[in-house]
Amino acid sequence: MADHMVVRLTACFFWMFPLALEAKLTYIAIRLPLKGEQAAPGAPWPLPRTWTKSTTRLMVDPTNFRFTSSMTYCDIVTSAFDRYYRILQLEKTSSLSGPEQVMTSLSVDIADKTCPGYPDPNMDESYNLTIGSTSRLTSATVWGALRGLETFSQLIYKEEEGHQLFVNKTQIIDQPRFHYRGIMLDTARHFLPMPILLKNLDAMAYNKFNVFHWHIVDDQSFPYESVEFPTLTEKGAYGPKLIYTQENVKHVIDEARLRGIRVIPEFDTPGHTQSWGKAFRSLLTPCWEDGKPGVAKPNYHGAYEIMDPSRDSTYTFMEKFIGEVVKVFPDQYLHLGMDESYPACWKSSPNITSFMKENNISTYVQLMELYVTKVLDIVERTNKSYVIWQDPIEDGTKAKPDTIVEVWRGNSTVPWQHYMTRIASQGYKTILSSCWYLNYISYGQDWRKYYQCEPQNFTGSADQHSNVIGGEACVWAEYIDGTNILSTLWPRASAVAERLWSSRDVTDVESAKFRLDQQRCRMVRRGIPAKPILDGYCGDYEFGFPESMGIYKQETQEEHPNTSAGSLVWSSSSLTFTLLLILAQKIVRIFYHL
Amino acid sequence: MARTFALFHFACIVGLVFSNGEYRERETVSVTASNGMPWPMPQQYSSTSDTFTINRNAFKFRATGQSCDILSSAFFRYQTIIFGFREEVLKFHPKFKAGSLTELDVNVKNKCDQYPYLGMDESYNLTISSSGATLNSNSVWGALRGIETFSQLVLQRSKDMFTVNGTTIVDYPRFQHRGLLLDTSRHFLDVSIIKQNLLAMSQSKFNVFHWHIVDDQSFPYTSNNFPDMATMGAYDSKHIYTQDQIAEIIEFARILGIRVIPEFDSPGHSQSWGKSIKDLLTKCYSSGKPNGQYGPIDPSLETSYGFLSKFFAEIAKVFPDHYVHLGGDEVNFDCWKSNPNITAFMKQKDFGTDYAKLEEYYMQRLLEIVSGVKKGYMIWQEVVDNGAKISKETIVEIYKNEAYMYHVFLTTLKGYRTVLQACWYLDLIKYGVQWPAFYSCDPHDFFGTAEQKKLVIGGETCMWGEYVDNTNVLSRTWPRASVVAERLWSAQNVKDANAAAPRLEEHRCRMIKRGFPAEAVNGPGYCFQEYSIHEPV
Repeated sequence: MADHMVVRLTACFFWMFPLALEAKLTYIAIRLPLKGEQAAPGAPWPLPRTWTKSTTRLMVDPTNFRFTSSMTYCDIVTSAFDRYYRILQLEKTSSLSGPEQVMTSLSVDIADKTCPGYPDPNMDESYNLTIGSTSRLTSATVWGALRGLETFSQLIYKEEEGHQLFVNKTQIIDQPRFHYRGIMLDTARHFLPMPILLKNLDAMAYNKFNVFHWHIVDDQSFPYESVEFPTLTEKGAYGPKLIYTQENVKHVIDEARLRGIRVIPEFDTPGHTQSWGKAFRSLLTPCWEDGKPGVAKPNYHGAYEIMDPSRDSTYTFMEKFIGEVVKVFPDQYLHLGMDESYPACWKSSPNITSFMKENNISTYVQLMELYVTKVLDIVERTNKSYVIWQDPIEDGTKAKPDTIVEVWRGNSTVPWQHYMTRIASQGYKTILSSCWYLNYISYGQDWRKYYQCEPQNFTGSADQHSNVIGGEACVWAEYIDGTNILSTLWPRASAVAERLWSSRDVTDVESAKFRLDQQRCRMVRRGIPAKPILDGYCGDYEFGFPESMGIYKQETQEEHPNTSAGSLVWSSSSLTFTLLLILAQKIVRIFYHL
Repeated sequence: MARTFALFHFACIVGLVFSNGEYRERETVSVTASNGMPWPMPQQYSSTSDTFTINRNAFKFRATGQSCDILSSAFFRYQTIIFGFREEVLKFHPKFKAGSLTELDVNVKNKCDQYPYLGMDESYNLTISSSGATLNSNSVWGALRGIETFSQLVLQRSKDMFTVNGTTIVDYPRFQHRGLLLDTSRHFLDVSIIKQNLLAMSQSKFNVFHWHIVDDQSFPYTSNNFPDMATMGAYDSKHIYTQDQIAEIIEFARILGIRVIPEFDSPGHSQSWGKSIKDLLTKCYSSGKPNGQYGPIDPSLETSYGFLSKFFAEIAKVFPDHYVHLGGDEVNFDCWKSNPNITAFMKQKDFGTDYAKLEEYYMQRLLEIVSGVKKGYMIWQEVVDNGAKISKETIVEIYKNEAYMYHVFLTTLKGYRTVLQACWYLDLIKYGVQWPAFYSCDPHDFFGTAEQKKLVIGGETCMWGEYVDNTNVLSRTWPRASVVAERLWSAQNVKDANAAAPRLEEHRCRMIKRGFPAEAVNGPGYCFQEYSIHEPV
């Protein structure tokens, strides 16, 4: 590791004037120097399984550089090449000069020549990457190649005070530790505009996430445009523009596919369904109060709440609705929610009571089980599998063996480990999200805590540990919308990404911070507003500098050469929003011309 | 899954909401936004159900009294702000249509000042009635505040048609100093971000931009006299503010009626100064030898004061406001204690072992230098806490969270003008509905004489830069800063957070409409227009 780049990094630590192009942490408590091992430029995140570095470097010529592959008939391959060409060209470089060998191409060799439809739960994401006199990326599948290309893009760095790109001779053998590495976004509590969802897919790809868990509807709103039941959307969405049309949904799925990301939609029932009831009140159980149905009891239940498990029409509806959803979303899995279904309303209803009597149901857990079983059966008939939150399993409901159970509970008195043990011991595949609720913000470096959460750190047998197939970072949207979601998620979710991809023994948080800072700046460079984790700066670019907006050029910028970088509204806008940008820039210009 | 934790003090409102003469079904949102209500709340505000229509193509602002560039640019700006943004059409059945409005007459009595200043007259009267719309103010600053209020009352009803209700407003600020601090040292903030923030400030009637421009971590200020301070002290050559950019920011602020008070914090928080100015910082010693580390500015050397005189002579010229913030906080005495030259100096000055006296000596010298260039100054509370006797002209800023109201009491008791910041740290984020805590903090909330209360000239909310930069500074600042703005502008009895919530919700959505990423603060809900980013190309 005693290579010259490390030396240069340390040299600009404090007293020297740093002219570096990678991220720089600046720490001023000089009696407490930063702990951990500094990362050389071009350090990948998440850390690969094995990474053999050399100090010999090659020059990269971004304009003439080519990816080669025999699979250029596959859109996943060609669009990935396009994306990474653009990333390479973000850096302004001068003509090549230097003694180093020039790397002119990367050969991408994929064993399985079929161009896949959609990423699947067991996709092979492994790859080998050799950078040397000949450079080669080999993988079993297209998905492995995507991960390898991302790693390759991260190995390239710009020399300090120079204008050339370099990559060190490298040998990487890599594969993910967990199959399921997800990000959950909630588009019901606040609507997230399409450009935000799409940009988030980019950020996910930069961190090798492979599942977008789309908590698309909830109590508060129903933005999913249903074909079978259009009134669900008309009455359930916040507004006519605050919806995801079928075309939007397809766009998200397509863009996710190109990045090797599965889209698992969540249609949470029987609770969390207030918005469904706007169009179909009879889906919900009328709650009783003062001897009358449809009356709320404050702090106990609403007027109508939770799907009515006693009516056949509920299941007819669900069958038709799920029939639609499984056609729209190609992934093998559907998230069915099933959480936080509290029986206060059911208890209040004499109809439910008599239904239970007639059907010999003695507890509300059994009533819930009846609903759960019927809905799971409906899904099974469509040949889809499902993810559910932990609640029904905890209550003893039996589900299909390939059900994925998502653990979300856990606090200081009953830690999440307790639930992991219980659920893994029943043989279900498990994913963990309890320790990764990224909407819970706090001052300081909470990414450390996410980094240190180890999903297999619970009491259980080796078999039970191997039932853990991954985890996901969740962003519930009570206080989250387009204004802050990307900067709240990134780079905090990157900490989760490394935990789920890299080896279990990659746990040195002090060394990780240097690479994470690089990763944040890399994201900033690529147009993701990833927030800072420590004092310092991102080389010669920051979010809002024209250089770092490279991929997402502001079209209006060129029309108004007089306006400064980023201008008044630095991160507007979709097409409809462009108007706003122009007007806002006008305001700025008024000031300039005074 | 998170919902069980999210208990708001605001009841969920499901059902029908009355709004301007029509019923509309609303969704499960935690707070329903008001329609056409101003933020911050004016001192006296009454409105009628008479609704006047405004055609965007026919409406004009008209100066009927004094005018100047500040006013004419405001006219231009608000023409765009009111009429120029993307449509937000509210259903409207003109039941109470009372006529149309074609102009707002803005009558400024006194000639325009060039720059805003402490104590400027920001009062205004606004009347919208069947005899027209009139804004009266003594100064152009009052007109700026009044036009902002007017812009908040107007709602869009169709592509070209807008409405405003009959309104009578008598308004003036409760406090003279209503500030927002940004820190451009821990992380650099782009000029465009600073400007956008100034624009947002003006829309909440803030009038002081406290620019914590340099600190230990970096020195982005490009000095004319000492250019090396930036070339060696900034993060790098792109993370600097040139003199032109600083002038641009001051001009942008001036037009908005916002003062720019720069802070050059010393003798602590000055590590970045030492990178270029030789022997300015105290050399720290271990085992009788300098150990290569540096402490606060060395108060024992005359060269330090020579440098400071030259430096602040420049600052006095670059920043037109009468006040400069001189810092003076968090001075660590350890390095001073380790240095034998300082020890000798202490002996010579008869300070004993009281390093607070040494700090007082330094501050006193610094204040004399700054007085010498005809500037007033603000300082952090420690200087006074430590018992330093300094000029009564000083404005003391209370920032420590412990017993801050007690410190406001003490500082005013000593006769200093006081600015409160301690309860308004925007950077200390918490999950949930955090703003009512900001809202409930009142700078007069202490037992003191009327004289003492008068010495409290206002407050500042602050966004320190450890964990914010261009990526998130605006969404973290807004709309929580607006909450402080209302506390500092509106009457003392405007303090019911539940009553304020719908107006704050509207204010946030209005900011989004105007292009600011003002984040969600009230729980689930929506704005007619949600904040988005540019579509990937």
